[in-house]
Amino acid sequence: MSHKKKTYYGNGLPYVDVSDLTGKLIVIEGTDGVGRSTQLEELKKWLEVKGYGVTTTGWTRSPLMGKAINEAKSGHTLNFDTFSLLYAADFADRLEHEVIPALRAGFVVLADRYIHTAFARSSVRGGDRQWIRKVFGFAIEPDAVFYMRINIEDLIPRVINSQTLHKRYWEEQSGEGMDYWESGMDMRLGGDFYDSFIEYQKLILKEFDRMKNEFNFQVIDAAKSFEDTNRALKQGILAVLEDEESEEKSRRH
Amino acid sequence: MARLFDQPRPYPGILIIVEGIDGSGKSTQLQLLQKWLLNSKYRVFFTEWNSSALVNETIKRGKKKNLLTPTTFSILHATDFADRLAHLIIPPLKAGMIVCADRYVYTAFARDVIRGVHPEWVRNLYGFAVKPDIQFYFRVPIEVSLKRILNGRVELKFHEAGMDLGLSDDPRESFRLFQSKILQEYDKISAEYGLTVMDATDSIQKQQSLIRDIVRERLKDYKPTPFLQKKENVYVA
Repeated sequence: MSHKKKTYYGNGLPYVDVSDLTGKLIVIEGTDGVGRSTQLEELKKWLEVKGYGVTTTGWTRSPLMGKAINEAKSGHTLNFDTFSLLYAADFADRLEHEVIPALRAGFVVLADRYIHTAFARSSVRGGDRQWIRKVFGFAIEPDAVFYMRINIEDLIPRVINSQTLHKRYWEEQSGEGMDYWESGMDMRLGGDFYDSFIEYQKLILKEFDRMKNEFNFQVIDAAKSFEDTNRALKQGILAVLEDEESEEKSRRH
Repeated sequence: MARLFDQPRPYPGILIIVEGIDGSGKSTQLQLLQKWLLNSKYRVFFTEWNSSALVNETIKRGKKKNLLTPTTFSILHATDFADRLAHLIIPPLKAGMIVCADRYVYTAFARDVIRGVHPEWVRNLYGFAVKPDIQFYFRVPIEVSLKRILNGRVELKFHEAGMDLGLSDDPRESFRLFQSKILQEYDKISAEYGLTVMDATDSIQKQQSLIRDIVRERLKDYKPTPFLQKKENVYVA
């Protein structure tokens, strides 16, 4: 499919040549609860109907690290850097065992969050911006990053509603929904879960906005209905895929 | 709170580290130094470059299932070190103690680069580490270290010989190849970070006396006054 050569974001993996990867890496970024995963499922179906091979990848589900991260979260006190590094190990594991092989096989990889989530989480906790960027220097540059942007006012009803409240309270160990860490409870920004969530998300959203230009985000208004947001994402993805196809055609002629 | 390794942190304590290949005698020298410091009534804390429970299970599982890559191997050890730094190294330094570390981040710089990661990347990875106040590198020829290790036992351990790197099927030959690569990296590192190079073929007493001279000099302006106020956040509750 693609002829635009893949490159590394930073120092890269000296033992893996990525110049021959032919797939497409499409990233959907956005804060917790913005609706990324639901959109991603729909996009996967849509692309498969169009005839593309599609793989999805997310956060903290790698075979190597998934268990370790859950254990660490529930275990003893963790340091900010320790936490960032646990995420980095998980990311590296998925990159090397899922993302790179899929791209090599010519798949479209839809990433539910990418390095930017790690950068946002680390920065709001006071981590050094340059340090965390270099740590993730082994990441592959995506073909496109769609940032699902939402205001805090519109985010609240998405995250705090009858369904999620139940899920969070009764199935906290499920790893689904908002958990203690992802709502920034560790930062003690507020007296209760609600206050803490609001303050934390404000910081995260600000951090994502800061990254817009740095990473060339294509901003998608996620406050709109599911259908409208989905349409905007499809348009953006189509542009990335067609761009390559027309290039390919013109090369053939 | 990631900071760059080259930025000094004004802890009242002192961090002394030793580096060198297996059989260089660094642990013996550090133990002798500790005896002397304790005898001089200093408060001393000793720590080793070992993995803790946090990632030990993961590393074991990864090795068994052959899931570890040079990069995940490297990050997991850095994660583990970050945890030990926060729990075992920074608190005694803030309390004004002398911390003696047998191996430090340079061990990772040497080993991980040989396994295939980018030298600049791994140096940044450990950017959160505390810069040591005194650092010794015990330089020894491969043959001497091999003789010392085999003194009292018959064979080399699997990892000691770097057998997992597939350099040679013969453990001794693998050891020579592996350790000489490590040695090359250490030489680069000690120049880059200004480690004090010790001739580890000298007698134990001669080396120890040189070490004590250097430490004594540094201790002249050492005031073991513990931090009493919060200076920075290290933990997440």
